[in-house]
Amino acid sequence: MGRDRSGCVARSALLTALALLLCCPVAGNTAEQDSHTEHGDSRWGNETGDPQPGFHIVSLRWEQVQAPYVLALWILVASLGQAVFHLSEKITSVVPESALLIMLGLILGGIVWAADHTASFTLTQTVFFFYLLPPIVLDAGYFLPNQQFFRNLGSILMYAIIGTIWNTVTTGLSLYGVFRTGIMGDLNVGLMEFLLFGSVIAAVDTVAALTVLEDVHVNEALFIVVFGESLLNDGVTVVLYNVFDSFVEVGAGNIQGLDYFKGIVSFFVVSLGGIAIGIIFGFLLSVVTRFTERVRVIEPGFVFVISYLSYLTAEMLSLSAVLAIAFCGICCQKYVKTNLCEQSITTVRYAMKMLASGAETIIFMFLGISAVDTNTWTWNTAFILFTLVFISVYRVIGVVIQTWILNHYRVVRLGLIDQVVMSYGGLRGSMAFALVVLLDLKHIHEKRLFVSTTIIVVYFTIIFQGLTIKPLVKWLKVKRNQQKEPLLNEQLHGRVFDHIMSAVEDISGQIGHNYIQNKWTNFDRKYLSKMMVRKSAQISRDKILSVFRELNLKDAISYVSEGEWQGSLAFMRSINDVNVDFTGPRYTALDSSNSAVLCENANEVRLDMQATENKAKSPKDREEIVTHHMLQQHLYKPRQRYKINYSRHKLVRSEDEKQDKEIFQRTMKMRLEHFKPTKLEVNHNATIRNTKKEKATVKKHSDVVPNKQTLTHSDALHKDKDSEVKNHCDPSDDGISFLITPEINESEETITGTNNFCLNFFTEEDQLVCQIIPLLTSDEGTIILSQKVNLQLPRSPNNFRHRSESIDSFLLADISEEDPLSESSI
Amino acid sequence: MGSAPSLPAWEIRNLAHTTGFTSEQIEILHRRFLHLTDGKATMSKDCFDNIPDLESNPIKSRIVNAFFDQRNLGLQSYGTVDEITFENFLTTLSFFQHMDENHTKEDLEYYKTEKLQFLFRMYDTNGDGKITLEELREIIDDLLSKTSNTEKTSSSIADAAMMEAANTCGGQMEPDQQYDGITFNDFLQIMQDIKIESKMHVRFLNMDTSAICK
Repeated sequence: MGRDRSGCVARSALLTALALLLCCPVAGNTAEQDSHTEHGDSRWGNETGDPQPGFHIVSLRWEQVQAPYVLALWILVASLGQAVFHLSEKITSVVPESALLIMLGLILGGIVWAADHTASFTLTQTVFFFYLLPPIVLDAGYFLPNQQFFRNLGSILMYAIIGTIWNTVTTGLSLYGVFRTGIMGDLNVGLMEFLLFGSVIAAVDTVAALTVLEDVHVNEALFIVVFGESLLNDGVTVVLYNVFDSFVEVGAGNIQGLDYFKGIVSFFVVSLGGIAIGIIFGFLLSVVTRFTERVRVIEPGFVFVISYLSYLTAEMLSLSAVLAIAFCGICCQKYVKTNLCEQSITTVRYAMKMLASGAETIIFMFLGISAVDTNTWTWNTAFILFTLVFISVYRVIGVVIQTWILNHYRVVRLGLIDQVVMSYGGLRGSMAFALVVLLDLKHIHEKRLFVSTTIIVVYFTIIFQGLTIKPLVKWLKVKRNQQKEPLLNEQLHGRVFDHIMSAVEDISGQIGHNYIQNKWTNFDRKYLSKMMVRKSAQISRDKILSVFRELNLKDAISYVSEGEWQGSLAFMRSINDVNVDFTGPRYTALDSSNSAVLCENANEVRLDMQATENKAKSPKDREEIVTHHMLQQHLYKPRQRYKINYSRHKLVRSEDEKQDKEIFQRTMKMRLEHFKPTKLEVNHNATIRNTKKEKATVKKHSDVVPNKQTLTHSDALHKDKDSEVKNHCDPSDDGISFLITPEINESEETITGTNNFCLNFFTEEDQLVCQIIPLLTSDEGTIILSQKVNLQLPRSPNNFRHRSESIDSFLLADISEEDPLSESSI
Repeated sequence: MGSAPSLPAWEIRNLAHTTGFTSEQIEILHRRFLHLTDGKATMSKDCFDNIPDLESNPIKSRIVNAFFDQRNLGLQSYGTVDEITFENFLTTLSFFQHMDENHTKEDLEYYKTEKLQFLFRMYDTNGDGKITLEELREIIDDLLSKTSNTEKTSSSIADAAMMEAANTCGGQMEPDQQYDGITFNDFLQIMQDIKIESKMHVRFLNMDTSAICK
C-alpha cells in the first residue's frame, strides 16, 4: 500500500511539488486518483505545447490556476473565519477550537454546495498521508513534554495500544453482533469490514480535551496521559487500519490462521520499526543542527525536512510513518532546542503550529463538504445509533478497567474526575474521518454508510461532547467539593502539604528517579550531548561561565526587586492584585524573572469578576477575599498541579517554567549570599561593567560564541522590550480607568474601615494615577521615572535605559546558557 | 543495581517492625538511599542536591532539614544532626505511610497526631513549641511567588492567618491576653478539618518500579 502511494508520487512529481507548496490538493471533479494525475499531467503539458495564435500581452489563464487558486482562497477564508471567531473571547472560552473549526468547515462546505452542487474537492490518499497528517503528528511530537512522557510511558502505552485495540475489537464485534440480529437491515458487510470500521472509529483525538484540562482540572499526570495517548494511538490506529484493510482486500474467506498470526506480528514490527526509524532520524537531525550555526536562515528548514524524511522513509519501508515522525519530534526536541538560536526556535515553533493548524483546518473543511454533499449520505438509523452508543460505552469501560489496573502501579493515581475526562474526552476527530474517506469503494461496499456514520460521530463528539465536557467536569468537581470555602490557614497548610508530598516522593524515589533514568542521563551527558550539542552550548556548562551567570543573575534580581519594591513599577502589579485577575501571563517585563519577558501577552488581562462583585460586601469580607485571592494566585504550585498546555492551534507557554526558574533563581540568590557577601558592596554600575568585561573575556576564550550575533540579538530584544512595555500599559490602562472611576471612592471607604494590607494597594493608587501618565505619554517608549520614584530609589541609576540594557544582556545569558543547563538536568 | 550491598535479613525484619514498612519497601528504599548517598552508609544534606526535581521545590530546605531534625528522629532534644543513617531515613519517611482502614480508631488518631507533629515541627523552626508570627511569615515568604512578593504582603497574610488562628482556638483566652503563637494544640484544632490521613501519605510501592516504568 505504501509502495503504491510512493509510486504515485514519483509519477506526478511536478504536481506534488505544486501541492507541497500550497499544502493543498489539486483535484478536479473526479475523485479517482489515477484520472486526477492524468488530468494534471495533461494540463501541464498543454501549457507548453499549446499553439498560441499571435501574441497576447495579457491573457486570462484561469484554467491554469483554478485549482490551487480556489484552494488558496478557501484557506484564506478559513483563516479569516478563525480570526473572526477569536475576536470574541466569549466564544473561544466556551467553544473548543476544534468545534469552531468544524462548524466553519460546515458553513464553507454549505457555501460551496450552494454554489455548484458538487463536491469540488475530495480528500485523496496522497494529500492526506503525505501533506496533512505529518504536520499534525510532528507538531504533537515536538511539543510533547519529554520528561513526563517517559515517566508515564507505561500508562500511555497501555491506553494507546490496549485501549485502541480494545475499542476497535469491541466496537467492531458488537456492531457485527447487532448486524446479525437483523436490526440494521440488509448490508453487504462481513466481520472484517466491521472490524475495519471499528479501527477507523477507534481513532480518538483527545487533544481537543486537553484544552478543557487547562481550565478545569489541573493535573500533570492526566495531561500527559491524555496527550501521549492521543499521539500514540494515531500510530496504532493507522497500523490496525492497514492490517484490517489488507484483510478485507484479501477477502475474509481467504484468510487462514497463519494470516491472523502474521497480522499480529506485523502490528508489532510495523510499530516498533516506525519508532526505530523515528529515533534514528531524530538523532540525525540533532547532529545536523549541530553544524548549522553559520546558516541560521535555513536552520528551521532542517527540522521540517528531516522529520518529513523520517516519515517518508518509514512509509517506504512500510513501517508506521506516524510513529516515526512522532518519535522523531520527541527525540530531536531536546537537542534541537539547545542547538538552534532563539529566533530559529521561535520560527520552528510557529511554523509547526501553523502547519498543524492549517492541516487540521483543511481536513475539517473536507469534512464540512462531505457533510453537505448528499451523494455521500446513506442513512441507517440503527447502525449510526449503535455506533454512537458502542463507542461511548466501550470507551468508558476501557478507561475504567485500564485505570483500575494501572492504579495498582501508579504513585499518582488517576481519580474519578480524571477518568471522566478521559472517557468523555474521547472525541473522534480528523483522523477518523480521513481514514474512512480513504476506504476503497471496490472492496468496502458500504463505504458510504461508514462515511456518513463517521461524519455523524465526528460531529456529535466534537460539537456535543466538546461543548459539554467543560460544564460536566466543573459540575462534578463542584459536587465533589461541596464544602465551605477553606480557611486561610487550611489553604496555607494545604499548600505546604502538597509541596511536602511532592518532595517526599522525589526523595524516596517513588516517582521514578531511578536507576535507569540516571544511567540514561549520564549516558546522555557523556556521549549523546557531546555528539549532538554544539560546543558553544556545551561550554555553558563550564564553571567560569556559570559563576558569571550567577553573578549576573544576582545583580539583575537585586536590581529589579529593589526597583520594584521601591515603587517605581510596583503600582501595576499591586493594582492588579486587587482587581484584575491575571492568572494569564503577568506583566513580567518588570518581573524578577526576566526570562519571561520574551513571551508575554498582555491582552489576556481579565477583570476578576469575583473581586469586583464583592464590592458591596463589608470591608472584612473584602479583606478576606483579597487575601485568599492573593494566596491562590501567588503561592507556588506543587509539581502535581503544574499546568502543561498544549493546543494545536495556539502557542502556549506554561507558567510553571517560570516558576521553576524563579525558584532556581531564589536558591541561587541565597547561595550567593552565603558565598560572597563582599562582592555585593561594590557599586552596582561597576559590577555591571565588570561582568560585561568578564563576559567579553570569556567569550574570547571560548571563541565559538558568535559575538556579533549576540549583540544584534540584544538589540532586537531591547526593542521588543520597549514595545512590550508600551503594550503592557494599554491593557492596564483599561483596568485603571475602570478602577479609577468607581474604585477610588470605594477605596476611601475601605481605608477607613480596615487597616489591613490591601490598604497598601489602595494608597498606592494615587501614585499610580500620576505615574501612569508619564509612562503612557512617553513617546520613544523609554520609561521615564517620575521624580518621586527617583527619590525613593536610593541607588537607582540615572539612566534607566542603561540598566535595562544590562538586564537584557543578563537575559541573553539566561536564555542561551541556562536552557541547555536546565535541559541537561532532565 | 545488583552489586549494591543489601541489608541483612534480620536488620530488615527489625526495621520493618519499628517503621511499619514491608520488607520489599525497605529494600527498595535502601537502594534509593544508597543511590542518593553514592553507596555511603550515612547521608548528609548535600545528598539531597542530587535530586533534580527537588530543586524546584520552594520549601526544599525545610523539607531537607526535617530529615535531619532530631525531634523527628525520635530524640527528645532540639537541634539537627549532620548525618543520618538509613534507619533515620526510614523513620522520617514512615511519617508518610499510608494508614489503612483496619487500624483501630485510637491508632488512627495517634498516627494523625504524629503526622501533624511532623508538620508542626517544620513550621516551628526554633523548637519552642509555638509557631510565632515570625515563623509563619517566613514560611509564607517561601511559598509566595516572588513576582508579587513584597515583605508587606507576606507579613500581612501572616497577620491574617494568625488572626484567624486566634479566632479559631482563642475561645478560652482572656480578653487582654496576647496571642503569641500557635501551639500544637491550636494547630490540631486548625487542622481538624483537613483529612490529613488521606492527604499526607505517599504510596510506597511494593515493587521496584525502576524496571517497569520510567
